[in-house]
Amino acid sequence: MADVETPAGPALREEAADALRRLQSELGDAIVEDGIAFGDVVVRVQRDVWKRAAEVCKDGLDLDYLSFIAGIDWMPAPAVSEEGSGDTSSPAQPKEQTYGAAGSAGRFQLFAVVESTRRKHWRVILKTDLPDDDARADSWVAVYPGADWHEREAWEMFGFVFDGHPSLRHLYLPSEFEGHPLRKDYPLLAREVKPWPGLVDVEPMPGEAGEGDEAGETA
Amino acid sequence: MTTTDLPSPGDLPEIEVDPAAFRHLADAQVNVELDTGDMVLNIGPQHPATHGTLRLVVRLDGERVVSADPVIGYMHRGYEKLTEFRTYPQITTLINRIDWLSSFANEVPFIHAAEMLMGIEAPPRAQYQRTILTELSRIATFLLFLGEMGLQVGAITPAFYGFRDREYVLNLIEAVTGGRFHPNFNRIGGIKDDLPWGWISECRGVMDKVLRSCDEFDDLVVGNPIFEKRTRSIGIIPQALGAAYGVSGSNLRASGVDWDLRRDGPKYLVYDELDWRVWTHPDGDSFARYWVRLQETRESARMVLQMLDQMPSGPLMAKVPRIIKVPEGEVFVNTENPLGEMAYYVISKGATGPFRTKIRSASFSNVSILPWLLRGAYVPDIITILASLYFILGDIDR
Amino acid sequence: MIHPLLAIDVGWGTTLAIKTVIVLGIVPLTALILGYTFLLKMMSHMQSRLGPMDPGGFHGWFQLIGDGIKFLQKEDIMPGEADRRVFALAPAIVVLSTFLVFVVIPAGPRIRVASLDSVGMFNGVGVFYALAVSSLSVIGVLMAGWASSNKYALLGALRAAAQLIAYELPLVLAVVGVVIQAGTMSLQGIVSFQQHGALFGFSGLGFPLILTQFIGFAIFMVAAQAELTQPPFDMPVAESELVAGYMVEYTGFRFLFFFIGEFGTAFAFAALAATLFLGGWSVPWVHGTAADLLGPFVLFAKVMLVAFLMFWARFTYPRFREDQLQAIAWKWLIPIALFNILLTGVLKVAFT
Repeated sequence: MADVETPAGPALREEAADALRRLQSELGDAIVEDGIAFGDVVVRVQRDVWKRAAEVCKDGLDLDYLSFIAGIDWMPAPAVSEEGSGDTSSPAQPKEQTYGAAGSAGRFQLFAVVESTRRKHWRVILKTDLPDDDARADSWVAVYPGADWHEREAWEMFGFVFDGHPSLRHLYLPSEFEGHPLRKDYPLLAREVKPWPGLVDVEPMPGEAGEGDEAGETA
Repeated sequence: MTTTDLPSPGDLPEIEVDPAAFRHLADAQVNVELDTGDMVLNIGPQHPATHGTLRLVVRLDGERVVSADPVIGYMHRGYEKLTEFRTYPQITTLINRIDWLSSFANEVPFIHAAEMLMGIEAPPRAQYQRTILTELSRIATFLLFLGEMGLQVGAITPAFYGFRDREYVLNLIEAVTGGRFHPNFNRIGGIKDDLPWGWISECRGVMDKVLRSCDEFDDLVVGNPIFEKRTRSIGIIPQALGAAYGVSGSNLRASGVDWDLRRDGPKYLVYDELDWRVWTHPDGDSFARYWVRLQETRESARMVLQMLDQMPSGPLMAKVPRIIKVPEGEVFVNTENPLGEMAYYVISKGATGPFRTKIRSASFSNVSILPWLLRGAYVPDIITILASLYFILGDIDR
Repeated sequence: MIHPLLAIDVGWGTTLAIKTVIVLGIVPLTALILGYTFLLKMMSHMQSRLGPMDPGGFHGWFQLIGDGIKFLQKEDIMPGEADRRVFALAPAIVVLSTFLVFVVIPAGPRIRVASLDSVGMFNGVGVFYALAVSSLSVIGVLMAGWASSNKYALLGALRAAAQLIAYELPLVLAVVGVVIQAGTMSLQGIVSFQQHGALFGFSGLGFPLILTQFIGFAIFMVAAQAELTQPPFDMPVAESELVAGYMVEYTGFRFLFFFIGEFGTAFAFAALAATLFLGGWSVPWVHGTAADLLGPFVLFAKVMLVAFLMFWARFTYPRFREDQLQAIAWKWLIPIALFNILLTGVLKVAFT
């Protein structure tokens, strides 16, 4: 078994570097950028070679196992409460839109992880950018049949449309659901309805003074 | 049934994936002249066989399935959205509840991802305890499976034996963590508490019980000719198709794929310091899935016994700041959970909580193969196949 | 008419009334006893748990009676689209067949409800009558499944009908060997054959027919298990799939009927097996009035033994799929039963 110390900082594992080389030789210019995610290679390809990249991975690189396909919305989430209100219920994320490994051209990205069941530590993370106004990509169902449900979920949660998918319909949510929940501008309704842990209703013990008083203090 | 020397995948001939070959053909097409219309049967969402709120809309022709469409989402809790609004320790509490039968195992990949991003490593004793608790969860959930698959096939008795033996393991987990089901015991940098006094000898006794109980299941269920008749050649998943669908864990190993993330993935717990083997079975049918899980239960019990002997002493937590801010970065961690491959893709931007977490749960992919797998099966076989795939609703629906 | 045992002069009407009351009382009572002993207690102990312990104080003996009372006071719900008359009649037909089987089982040399030994042209037809009447329940099952207007119930009823009809044949054929060997179809005749028979010249133990008809006994037990739709043959009521199959829409009093029917029939079949193969009420060296007094208890003991076997198989085995079930009946049991008849006939002629 090859040496598999998790690197202290970002550095490609030797298998990952090998995979990157093979992808570069197959896809050439279609690779926009590549990056590292703690030992794994992240390859950002152009949208029109999204399906071809899958075929290259499955047939050429022996990556026969589909882990998942999902989306990323890089827009910073709008603040749930105003600044200075002391509401520490959600972790404060940075306000600027920055991108992760292998960068991004814009807000939406589609990414997938494919692995191999026959070789050790052999996996590739593929990313592609989707323009905001036309979030479409080719479906992977012909290459990896398991993409069926993952793409349905990505459509449902982000609004990405997959050309060539047999039936793009709701997976988790009821059929009349409106909106795409995992987009950053879709609010987490629970927090809007009742800010948490902010105001805590403390019910006084029966007989104690303060029955009928207002709530207690912020946590 | 003692099969210690099974052929490895390399020895087996390549099979062409022909869907028609896997249908259960009736001896005669009885209803050629009596043209009966298809009947749409709704199995679930409330049904004893579907392990929770899974709904299968099957189109039946007599007793054979023409098409099956799983409808999921009755338990969708929106975990990925929730993680964007929580800090890392809070998320640990949440993700316990994805696969609630082996809840400790769900925390491990996420905690490991956070630790990788922070660049810290849990001390060896904490790693050993994490591994022991993960394997105990694996034993607990597999014992339930071994009993409950017999129940789905019709034998009432194995279920009680499975639950009875599971109680011993849950008592162990409770003694360490305080909770039978949702321990929330991992912390970034290590684990929360040390083992209580007397736990190690108690654990040894329980592992011996588990091994004996596995022998009981061997006799009662695997050796039962009716069980074999009900599960052999039912729901065969071909290797290549299973991998392309994302089927993982014991389901894929039962189809002959020799792939176990504890051995073949990047190191995440102390599995490389133990002497253990991966079990596969060449058939790929429901019987193989049951058999593989039985062997894995035994293997986990042996692993725990080894770990109890080898456990080092030392601190339980690495040096970690009070308020945990994870530096910017992306990491993908996948682990061999009892149900299959569970993975977290964590994107962090330096805050106290992740920017985006993609939770890849095993049962989601395992269940996505059902429309293909159920075509041509009989109605009782649907139940057998569902039971043998062993999914948990929380794992599918997150 | 002088009652033979009590030497009291009662008219035939009173006799009929007494016998009716006895049968009506005995059937639920036996269902209760079997259900409690085997379903609640034996099954629980085999599954390493205790079963009911509280109701009634001593090991929960009151449990089933309490269940019966509970069922009686439940609301009588009928599905909206159900066929009302058929729905109501179905459980009655199932229970009717149980009662009718009890009519011919002898519990002593002179204790029996009806003697079909010399009824007109039917000279001694106890066995024939019992088997014929026990298959009435198929109609009840079909009625129940159809009238429930529920796909699951219909599926269960169709499975049940196919299964029950398929297993009638092995049941009957298994008994034919007994009839050939005993030389009579009357149940009393078969019992007295076993009581007065001799084993290799030693007449102390009688001649229980199980010794030579062991194949027949095995087939009878398997077929009886299937007739009762008990695991491993319980596809019609597959709990984890159809959730009680054809009985799913029944509640309260009507469900109680099905329950009594199931366990009463179990007792009836066990009693038939005990009578045909184990010697029924007879103990070889006891005759006359003593046999009358001892008979019911002896029969009861033998029935419990046979029922023990049936219920033991019930908790141990998973269930067969419908096509496997049919294959067993048609491809295995019937040929073996025919072979048994052949063998019995040949050997009977050879040794007489």
